Amino acid sequence: MNAFIALVQRDLRLALRRKSEVLTALFFFVVVATLFPLGIGPEMGILRKIAPGILWVGALLASLLSLGRLFAADFQDGTLEQMALSSTPLPLLVGAKIFAHWLLSGLPLALLAPVMALQFDLEGAAVQALVLTLLVGTPLLSIIGAVGAALTLGVRGGEVLLSLLVLPLYIPALVFGAGAVEAQVSGIGYAAHLSILMAMLVLAAFFGPWVCATALRVALE
Amino acid sequence: MTLKLFHWAAPQTFYHLAGKLWKPFAVLAAALAAVGLYMGFFVAPTDFQQGEGYRIIFVHVPASWMSMVIYLAMAFWAFLGFTFNTRLSGMMTQALAPTGALFTFLSLWTGALWGKPMWGTWWVWDARLTSELILFFLYMGYIALTSAIEDPRRADKAGGLLALVGAVNVPIIYFSVTWWNTLHQGASVSVTKGSSMAQTMLWAMLLMALAFWAYTIAMALYRVRSIILERERHTRWAQELAA
Repeated sequence: MNAFIALVQRDLRLALRRKSEVLTALFFFVVVATLFPLGIGPEMGILRKIAPGILWVGALLASLLSLGRLFAADFQDGTLEQMALSSTPLPLLVGAKIFAHWLLSGLPLALLAPVMALQFDLEGAAVQALVLTLLVGTPLLSIIGAVGAALTLGVRGGEVLLSLLVLPLYIPALVFGAGAVEAQVSGIGYAAHLSILMAMLVLAAFFGPWVCATALRVALE
Repeated sequence: MTLKLFHWAAPQTFYHLAGKLWKPFAVLAAALAAVGLYMGFFVAPTDFQQGEGYRIIFVHVPASWMSMVIYLAMAFWAFLGFTFNTRLSGMMTQALAPTGALFTFLSLWTGALWGKPMWGTWWVWDARLTSELILFFLYMGYIALTSAIEDPRRADKAGGLLALVGAVNVPIIYFSVTWWNTLHQGASVSVTKGSSMAQTMLWAMLLMALAFWAYTIAMALYRVRSIILERERHTRWAQELAA
């Protein structure tokens, strides 16, 4: 557990030394969410209807941006090899890296989402649903994305390949995340969607780090 | 029995086995498809609701079945590859992928052709159609990943892992009809209830399904021969074969 905390702290410290990388992804989210009203037109009725989908797709793409760097630096300077050799189980260390990635990419997105929701005139309960689903959904995105990042580590054209691998696997999270907000808007309530999202998160959190560690070992061979 | 299996798991022996097997399966596929298509287009009665347009199901339904079965087969070979660390497993996974992608595309394409006259639209965002499309993306992702990695052993393992992760999606496709109640009609063939189709229609469809099975096996064996030769080009037996 000490190793877990130490690794999370290390990744956070590294990220805070280069704040621009974290902020770029956040601003990407803001810009994407702003582009849609400009492309579709300022009619509030339509915007309110498409807001859940747009905000979720925006969050999805933003969290994809930073995935390529998740293991790349550690892979290049050999830290990753040391992690694989250390007596601490690799899945635990991978879990720490994923958790740090979520703290830096997913959590800020979830906290920023209410501001973006104002652009689309979402009501209070819908905003609440949006934040909750993003809080549950973004760690799921980080875990799935980490598997993709490990598989494409050091591969030529890895960044584009990564999005091709990961985006189809993101779809269930998108369906239930955006679905929850839509359900809230249409008056059914978001509890059921949120429960399924949580179930998927539990499943991913259990298997994800292990699969990711296996993929890293393949890359390190 | 186990010893025998591992004997055939060596690429060199399997190369010759595949060479013997792929032709009979190809012939079988052609014969079954000829009979199946004849029954489907000339023997099976016209559907009283859908007219002649329904006949596309003789290609569409077997193609959809195969698209899912092949992905499961890939996951199976990937699993074998991880448990026994056999080189042949990865090659089989790679040999199956293009055929799977082909059938998925065929299923989507014929589905669109059927949807236009029946539903009045080429495409609906129904759960089943969408998950078939996702399956197509998964195949493309697998092919892209394995072709981007230069080291064949790493390509096998990374691809295998991706196939296993993606296999979680295949059950979702199959049960999505039950989970989301939407436009796509429920399954016409069911194990528990029997079939709601005319006998000849069912037979034609099953023949086509068998034809696609045989085609898949023949193609996978044919393709795995090329992969084996390419990978083993530095060995003496492959060079002797080429000489």
